[in-house]
Amino acid sequence: MTLTHILIFAAVALLCGALFKGRGRGWLMLAASVLALYWLQPSTPLRNLDFWLPTASLALTVIVWAATTASVPTPSPALLSSALFRTGEGVPNRPTTEPPNNLLTIVVVLAVVLAIALNRYLALCCITPTRPPDAIRVVVALVLISALTFSVSRLSGNYRLLFTLVAAIIVLFIALKSDPWAQALSAGLRTLTGQAADQASALDVRWLGFSYLAFRLIHALRERMNGKLPELSLQEFVTFVVFFPAITAGPIDRVERFVKDLRAPFTLSASEVIGGGWRIVWGVFKKFVVADTLAMIALNGINAAQVKSSLWLWVLLYAYAFRIYFDFSGYTDIAIGLGRLLGVKLPENFDRPYLRQNLTAFWNSWHITLAQWFRAYYFNPATRALRSRPLSPALIIFLTQFSTMILIGLWHGVTWNFVAWGAWHGLGLFVHNRWTDFTKPRATMLDTRPVLKRAAAWGGALLTFHYVVLGWVWFALPEIGLAGRVMRRLFGA
Amino acid sequence: MTMSLRNVIIKSALLFVLANVFIAGVDPLPALGRLSLYDGLFPGRPRLPFGETPDRAYNFSLYQLDAMFASHEIAAPKPADEYRVILIGDSSVWGTLLRPEDTLAGKINAAALTPADGKRIRAYNLAYPTMSLMKDLLVLDIATRYQPDMIVWLMTLESFPYDKQLYSPIVQNNPIPVRQLIAQHRLSFDPNDTAFVNPTFWDRTLVGRRRALADVFRLQLYGVMWAATGIDQDYPENYELRANDLEADDTFHDLKPPHLAESDLAFEVLDAGAAAVGDTPILFVNEPMFIADGANSDLRYNFFYSRWAYDDYRMLWNEHAQRNGWNTLDLWDLIAPGEFTNSAVHLTPAGSAQLASAVGAEIARLANNNR
Repeated sequence: MTLTHILIFAAVALLCGALFKGRGRGWLMLAASVLALYWLQPSTPLRNLDFWLPTASLALTVIVWAATTASVPTPSPALLSSALFRTGEGVPNRPTTEPPNNLLTIVVVLAVVLAIALNRYLALCCITPTRPPDAIRVVVALVLISALTFSVSRLSGNYRLLFTLVAAIIVLFIALKSDPWAQALSAGLRTLTGQAADQASALDVRWLGFSYLAFRLIHALRERMNGKLPELSLQEFVTFVVFFPAITAGPIDRVERFVKDLRAPFTLSASEVIGGGWRIVWGVFKKFVVADTLAMIALNGINAAQVKSSLWLWVLLYAYAFRIYFDFSGYTDIAIGLGRLLGVKLPENFDRPYLRQNLTAFWNSWHITLAQWFRAYYFNPATRALRSRPLSPALIIFLTQFSTMILIGLWHGVTWNFVAWGAWHGLGLFVHNRWTDFTKPRATMLDTRPVLKRAAAWGGALLTFHYVVLGWVWFALPEIGLAGRVMRRLFGA
Repeated sequence: MTMSLRNVIIKSALLFVLANVFIAGVDPLPALGRLSLYDGLFPGRPRLPFGETPDRAYNFSLYQLDAMFASHEIAAPKPADEYRVILIGDSSVWGTLLRPEDTLAGKINAAALTPADGKRIRAYNLAYPTMSLMKDLLVLDIATRYQPDMIVWLMTLESFPYDKQLYSPIVQNNPIPVRQLIAQHRLSFDPNDTAFVNPTFWDRTLVGRRRALADVFRLQLYGVMWAATGIDQDYPENYELRANDLEADDTFHDLKPPHLAESDLAFEVLDAGAAAVGDTPILFVNEPMFIADGANSDLRYNFFYSRWAYDDYRMLWNEHAQRNGWNTLDLWDLIAPGEFTNSAVHLTPAGSAQLASAVGAEIARLANNNR
């Protein structure tokens, strides 16, 4: 997101909050989110891919909605307008027809996509980075997507279908995040578009916000498998998945919470404008002033090999640590601020993580929604599954924490560096867990010694901060060999 | 609440307008530029900031002369035992493609020259990579504030044509000191030349000056990378070698053979420079250049110069210097063709060492003569 994007989004959010209430607000949020999906998509060397990738995001979203939606019988007009229906409570599970706004949603989404595609001929503005494909191909693609969605909807709620969709999203995720797979994917797409396959690069398929999209879709699928997914209209589901303030950098909201805000009546008050506006300004400052400034001196693959001394290497590493925090939390502030203007209270993602006194507390305050997602869909189920086996509690903790952190590492990219970063944190969390167990009986001792307690708190914060900072070495550098050398140099070797 | 929102908006707008008017009225850039972390927290830069790829060079071009000089190692206090020599010139002296220790200044300093009075000769690289004598005069004028014991001004014909004098970006973006120099030395340039960048009121506001302000700040920030890496230039692994096969063109700028006149070249700027430094000894050096032996080398010496123009220039340059009793070194053919890199005036480290040997010897001789 650039400053121009943010300014326009803020204007749209203000307009939406000020002028539209009730249903109008939902439609504007939907249309703005679909448009933003195309507008934010970066250009790629592959012909028309900057149009097809957002279209694929929408297709996946609609297909997952069709697979997860609990069908309801045609509701009576009285039921339709009742709060009971709108919250999904008490709604029968097997419908014969969809609520009417789903059809309208399809029409609105198709209209927006077609309007963007027709811009090929009108060239009115710059929604997509390059000229969209010709209208015939777009229509054919939309018909195919609609047919697929219809087929999927016939099996809605089917466990195998839901499982297959989760697996497909994970496979696609791995393909995009792994260099050899991404390169092969690019080569395949190049062949399809008649471009030279030997020019394929792993960087060709830059799919805007796919990580966050995938997490929201898997969240919906898993909740449906657990029978906990609330009844959602297509409009609500699409808006949740591609909500424009949060599409590029999160946070990863939970659908039931998001929809509660969406359904609640909202009037844009002065306090929301001030609160949301301030959050946006603060986020812009953090991202575009602090983080972008620190980026000039932050550790990277080039300067890591150029630095002359350990001392300066530490300086560059600290710069990286603060840069990544201000960059990411700045974007989160912008998303939360925009959300507030639209009446959606997106969850917090950061809570002073570098001041935490231990690694567990750090992971409860750094990228909070990602950690919660993994806790809900991997860590807790894995712990439950292992508890049924004859394993020691310590081993179970190690296996679940270690593997969770490896998966979080791999979410950033399928490379050894991210595995090492995940392992670094997995080990750290396990050691902290064991240490807490060991010191628990002695912890009360500190209650009578406030100075010692304060010193332990400060020492813990300092140690945790530096453990996290050292972990960034694996994250920031492109090769594990270089990261290892930098790690040694930091300690004068 | 609506009232408080309105008050916030009105007060913010008012503060914003006031800040802009204040900045427009009081140019804070020179004062800000002089605030520097170099020569303190970071080592001073051995050459003036210049570069188009900041992310790789940890250096970039800006037009704030105060900030540029404040970042240079010359801004540090002068040691009592130092014989300070300031080198003025173009990219060949600045050291394109050369690491700081391989530039002319670096090589002279490595030679650890000591005049008879026991002081250390310390050369400072104040060259700047554009070819214009007016640009050199602008830098020289500021350099005189830094207690030089000697000035060495290296030059080549390409810096002399009148059409080059006001077209260096650093000259165009510093119209006030350049106009002062024009008036002070009665130079024949038009002080209202359209080449000068004359900021409007809006350009002088906080919004208009945001880039210049950011540059001053960025220069400090890149000090971290300079201190950490010792890199102040992008060193590409490969570059295109200076041309050896030349075009069949015997013109030089808009001048045609047979002869150059002294009035075709801006010798008046050299006179102004000689006057500006007062009693400080000054050495004028005609810098070495690549001499091609490929296609059309019978017409041209290199990419820059047709033979007739350069030969005439050398004759005029030597005559002018002789008339004024200047110290000169004409080193035009000192360096072998193999020691030039991506331009007819850019040297390899070995070429730079050879040039340093010749210039260093003359500096030492003049330093002894001027005791």
